Amino acid sequence: MKLGFLVDLDLCMGCKGCEVACKVENEVPVSSWRLRVKYVDQGTFPDTSRTFTPLRCNHCESAPCERICPVSALHYLENGIVNIDNHRCIGCAGCIMACPYGAIYMDPETNTADKCTYCAHRIEGGLMPACVVACPVEANIFGDLDDPMSNISRYISADKRVQVRKPEKNTKPKHFYVGGGQAQLNPLAAKREEGYSLFNNITHLKHIGGHH
Amino acid sequence: MHAETINNAIVTMDVALPGIVWGWMITLNLWAKSIATGSILVGAYLLARYDSKDLKGLKTIIPLVAFVFLNIFLLFTLLDLHQPFRMINIFLHPHFTSAITVGAWMATILTGIIALMAYLVYFKKQTGGIYDTLLKAAVVLAIPVTLYTAAIMGEASARELWQTPAELIQMALAAFVAGSAVLAFFSGSWKKEAKRDLAIILATAAFLSFVMYMGEYYLSFKSEEAEATLAYVQAGGEYHTLFWLGQVIGYILPFFIAIGAVRNGNGALLKLAAILALIGLFIAKHVWLIIPQLLPLS
Repeated sequence: MKLGFLVDLDLCMGCKGCEVACKVENEVPVSSWRLRVKYVDQGTFPDTSRTFTPLRCNHCESAPCERICPVSALHYLENGIVNIDNHRCIGCAGCIMACPYGAIYMDPETNTADKCTYCAHRIEGGLMPACVVACPVEANIFGDLDDPMSNISRYISADKRVQVRKPEKNTKPKHFYVGGGQAQLNPLAAKREEGYSLFNNITHLKHIGGHH
Repeated sequence: MHAETINNAIVTMDVALPGIVWGWMITLNLWAKSIATGSILVGAYLLARYDSKDLKGLKTIIPLVAFVFLNIFLLFTLLDLHQPFRMINIFLHPHFTSAITVGAWMATILTGIIALMAYLVYFKKQTGGIYDTLLKAAVVLAIPVTLYTAAIMGEASARELWQTPAELIQMALAAFVAGSAVLAFFSGSWKKEAKRDLAIILATAAFLSFVMYMGEYYLSFKSEEAEATLAYVQAGGEYHTLFWLGQVIGYILPFFIAIGAVRNGNGALLKLAAILALIGLFIAKHVWLIIPQLLPLS
C-alpha cells in the first residue's frame, strides 16, 4: 500500500474547510498550520483570475526530512506515510531546513517539529483524513497509489495534467495536483509582498527560531 | 523575494511564513568549531614542522583552545535545540543517515580526546608519547568534525544555496583561517619561521575563502532558488551590506595585512589580521547561513 493525495485545483473554491478541519482534528496551535490554502491572483484588470492551492506535506518517497532527522522522529510507515514521533523529536529544526515544500513547523506548545501525517491516526481506524471529509466539492482525493482501481490512481491515469511540486528535487512526492500551473505550485513564480493580503497582514513569525 | 512572476501572479492571502530558523546560535556553533578544529590542525602542523621548544606553550595551547571552543560549540548546539534535554536521543536512538547524528558522535569523541590531552597538560605530562598519540587521533577526527557541517547543509536540501562540495571547501578554509588566527595570539615568543607560516596559512586561507565566496556569489547559479536568493542580496536586499562587510573584514583585509606580516615579520600586524579574520569569519558565515532562509518555500 502506498497512500497518496491528489488535489483537483479546478474544483477547489478556497473555502478553507480543509484548513479548519485539519486544525480541529489535529489540535494544531494558533499560528501553525499542517494544511493551508494559498490564494494567488493573476492577470491584469479586468482580465484577472483567482486560484486556490491547498498545501500540505507531500509525504515524499525520498523524504529529505526523514534523512536529516538525527533521531528518527520522522519515519516512514508501511503505508508510505511520513510520520512524526514528537516525543522523540529534539527540536533541532533540521527537517524544517530540509523540506523543500515548507511543510514542517515548530509547534510552539510542544517545542517539537510537526506536520501533516495524512491523519495517520484516522487511517489506522479506517477513516479518511479530516480534510478529505470536510471538502464540499471533493477536490481532495485520497487513496492507495498501488491499487490501479483506487479513485486516486484512476484520476492520475485519466488526467494528463497531473503534476507535483518541485519535481526537480527528486523527492518523489506522493501528493499530486491537477489543474495548477507554475503560479500556484512554484512559490517563486508569484509575488509575495510583505504586509499585503486580502484580510490581514502577512508577517513573519517571530517566535520561530528566535535567534536571529 | 521571487523570480519571474507568471502573468502578474501575486499571493493575495496566505498564512504567515516562518522567519529565520537557524540563526546566530548556529553561526556561533560554526565559528567556534572552526576555531577548535583549526587550532588542532594548524597546531599539529607546526609541531610536525618545528621543534616544540621553538613553539613555547603550543602543546598546552592546542588542547586548551580546542577544549574551550569545542565546548562553546557543543553548548550552543544544545541551546539551539527546542528540546535540549532530549539531546541524549542522538545517542540512544541514532539515525546514521543524518549528518547531524554522525557529526554529534564524532564531535563528542573529539571532545573526549581533547579533554584527555587537557588532563595531561594539567598534570604536566604533555611531553610523553601518550600526548602525541592523542594529538594524532585528534587531527584525524578534527578533519571530519570540521567538514560534517557541510554535509548537514547539503542535507538541508530546501536551501539550494548550500551545496556540499563548495561548503566542504568553505568549512576546511574556515578552520585554517580561524586556527591560524587564534594561534597568532600566542605566537609572540615562537620561532620567526613559525610565525611566518601562520601568516602564510592565514593569508592563503583568507584569499581562497574570498575566491570561493565570489565564485558562489556571482558564478554559480545552480537553481532557481539559489539564483533568486543571490539576485535579491546583490540588488541591495537584506544582508547585502553585511555580506560585503564580512568579505572585507574577514578575508580581504586579513589577506593584505598577513602578507605584510610575512614580508616584515611584524607580530603586531599578524595579530591585527587575526582579530579581523575572526570577526569577519563570523559575519561571513552568518550571512551565508541566513540568506537562503529568506526564500519562501511554498
